[in-house]
Amino acid sequence: MAELRMREALRDAMAEEMRRDEAVFVIGEDVAVFEGAFKVTEGLLEEFGERRVRDTPISENTIVGTGVGAAMNGLRPIVELMTVNFSLLALDQIVNHAAAIPYMFNGQAKVPMVIRMPGGGGHQLGPTHSHSFEALYLQVPGLLVACPSTPADGKALLKAAIRDDNPVVFIEHESLYGARGEVPEGDGENGGGPLRFGQAAVRREGSDVTIVGVLKMAHVAESAAGQLAEEHSVEAEVIDPRTLRPLDLDTILASVRKTNRAVIVEEGWPHGGVGANLATLITEQAFDYLDAPVQRVTGADVHMPYSKRLEQAAIPHEEHVVSAALATLEGAR
Amino acid sequence: MADLPDAAACYELLARMALIRRFEEEAGRQYQRARAGGFLHLAIGEEATIVGTTSVMRDEDFLIGTYRTHGHAIARGTEPKRVMAELFGRVDGTSGGRGGSMHIFDAEKRFMGGYGIVGGNLPIAAGIALASQYKGEDAVTVCMFGDGASNTGNFGETMNLAALWKLPVLFLVENNLYGMGTSVERHSAQTDLSKKAEGYGIPGERIDGMDVAEVREGVAEGIRLAREEQRPTLLEAFTYRYRGHSAADPEVYREREEVEEWREKDPIEGFAQRCMEADVLGEREVRQARDAAEEAVKAAVEFAEASPEPPLDTMYENLYAQTEPGGWYAVDERSPEPHRGEDEAQMPDAARELAEAGAAYAGQPSGERPNPATHGDAQEGVEPRVSAEREVDEESEDAPGERAINDGDGD
Repeated sequence: MAELRMREALRDAMAEEMRRDEAVFVIGEDVAVFEGAFKVTEGLLEEFGERRVRDTPISENTIVGTGVGAAMNGLRPIVELMTVNFSLLALDQIVNHAAAIPYMFNGQAKVPMVIRMPGGGGHQLGPTHSHSFEALYLQVPGLLVACPSTPADGKALLKAAIRDDNPVVFIEHESLYGARGEVPEGDGENGGGPLRFGQAAVRREGSDVTIVGVLKMAHVAESAAGQLAEEHSVEAEVIDPRTLRPLDLDTILASVRKTNRAVIVEEGWPHGGVGANLATLITEQAFDYLDAPVQRVTGADVHMPYSKRLEQAAIPHEEHVVSAALATLEGAR
Repeated sequence: MADLPDAAACYELLARMALIRRFEEEAGRQYQRARAGGFLHLAIGEEATIVGTTSVMRDEDFLIGTYRTHGHAIARGTEPKRVMAELFGRVDGTSGGRGGSMHIFDAEKRFMGGYGIVGGNLPIAAGIALASQYKGEDAVTVCMFGDGASNTGNFGETMNLAALWKLPVLFLVENNLYGMGTSVERHSAQTDLSKKAEGYGIPGERIDGMDVAEVREGVAEGIRLAREEQRPTLLEAFTYRYRGHSAADPEVYREREEVEEWREKDPIEGFAQRCMEADVLGEREVRQARDAAEEAVKAAVEFAEASPEPPLDTMYENLYAQTEPGGWYAVDERSPEPHRGEDEAQMPDAARELAEAGAAYAGQPSGERPNPATHGDAQEGVEPRVSAEREVDEESEDAPGERAINDGDGD
């Protein structure tokens, strides 16, 4: 075990996969000489050279499209987009091409590529650099969506994403890049290797309410669960889905059938969000087990404001999660 | 004037062009019969540009095109019957009925599609070329697109990237003078599209896309530059489609005389004449090429008609490559009890019945469909008074699956 920051864990995943497989290469804006806007690709140019670590012009749709073509012709590109907001410039290639090609050509072509993009608020980057588009990508059939919250998961999921034959939208959280955590070394079965997609992590076991937290909100959910235990004698079970496609719905449903209550926490917008989707799936498949309406905690329904106070007020915090969890328990205690 | 190749090559060029012409005419007819649906973009008149290009490509080279590429696939060697079956939406189609006319694909022949988004294929071409170069392979990628695509952001972005990275790719704009119904003078500030290459420091050339020999010469040089010097080129081939942009095009934007004028320069007639005058081919060979095309297309229609519709339980196949599946990839919500999309083949009986109920709205096509273009009812972007589908199948008049026939793209 080594203690690494998220950005180092992600870098290690890329470097190890690049050493393992010549077909893996990295392209993106300022990924080579500048070593990434968030320094995630630090050291890669030095080790792998310009052929495999390529700075691109600022042309998001073409960067992704180039990745699509390269993937169709046998390579495994890792495309870095500087923020999730910039990925909107590449939506045509992501949705109409990367996601559609395997299906619309009936399996004659594969698109094994990873599109990495950081999102999320907390750094006062304002309305065009800090959104949360998990729900947007989750909606698209043909894409896989990963959203790691710990350095260990970041490394293991990125390795799995690189080895996967499907196009993966890999969403990182800007304010988790510096977060530290234990990361298993090596590439073995017992750690350090890839983590299969579609396996949620139960971060804390509990019997009173299930809290599902996505990306940074997995940490907020965990810390809220601590408060619930200490201050309200409520034992919350905290689940980090880790990937939204495929979704480990079975683990979430099993937990809800045990606790009979659910809260979903995400940073994205409420309409049509991750929580809206999950709440529906839970309601459809575990309605008889629910003792209270499913609660959602989401980001505010606005474009991320710049002002520090407004920004923090727009992002979910522990208090919101605690309050939502208590709402599901109202009258029960 | 570019030299003619030897007799065997001339016959092959003529036969291939005749095959594509005949195929497209038949595709148009099958669309009228409502055997082919959706949008149908025919390349009648553009055969020399297509066949001239593919005739100088190697088997290992890649071709990528647009939504007007039945002919491109056939020129690369895809069997016409599989293209026709795709137009019919059948399992033996090139994409098993998933793609339709706009999304033909044949991995084996290195025909890399078939794309419905104008300009969407350009960056993909750069990526395919990048991968060939990266792997140290010799293959060149030829990327064909329309004059309309030269105005997209992808065009500028991809030209720049390909030139910057010295990728082995040839960009060939099939300038048929119209981006859907908007003439090139009305859609591009620079009407000499080959000049758009200048801004990216790559060669730009104009060629006569109606002359198969000239296309061969121009494309061969572009491919040579790409293969030997890793240098992209922009070629602009002047060509013309005799038919409308799609089968739903009333052609209000051009005069009948203009179409007639271009027909005089017909790439197939012209080439056959030249070959006969030069004593390279005789009348017998010319007739033989036409007869072979007739036969192949007839067989294609028979094959497509006999090919089954895709089974409903294959709905989710090839959506994902799943080596070691975990979690829910796709959620099927067409019935009250949601199930994993990837479990569709084992869907419960109730879900199967609902899927069948949905599929029943497709109806049984019967009767001839009036050509909305010649019928004068339809205009691009305007709902026709009488939709083709309604004429075809009165029972499905209010069916949710009713087909829109207005096109909204441009080439």
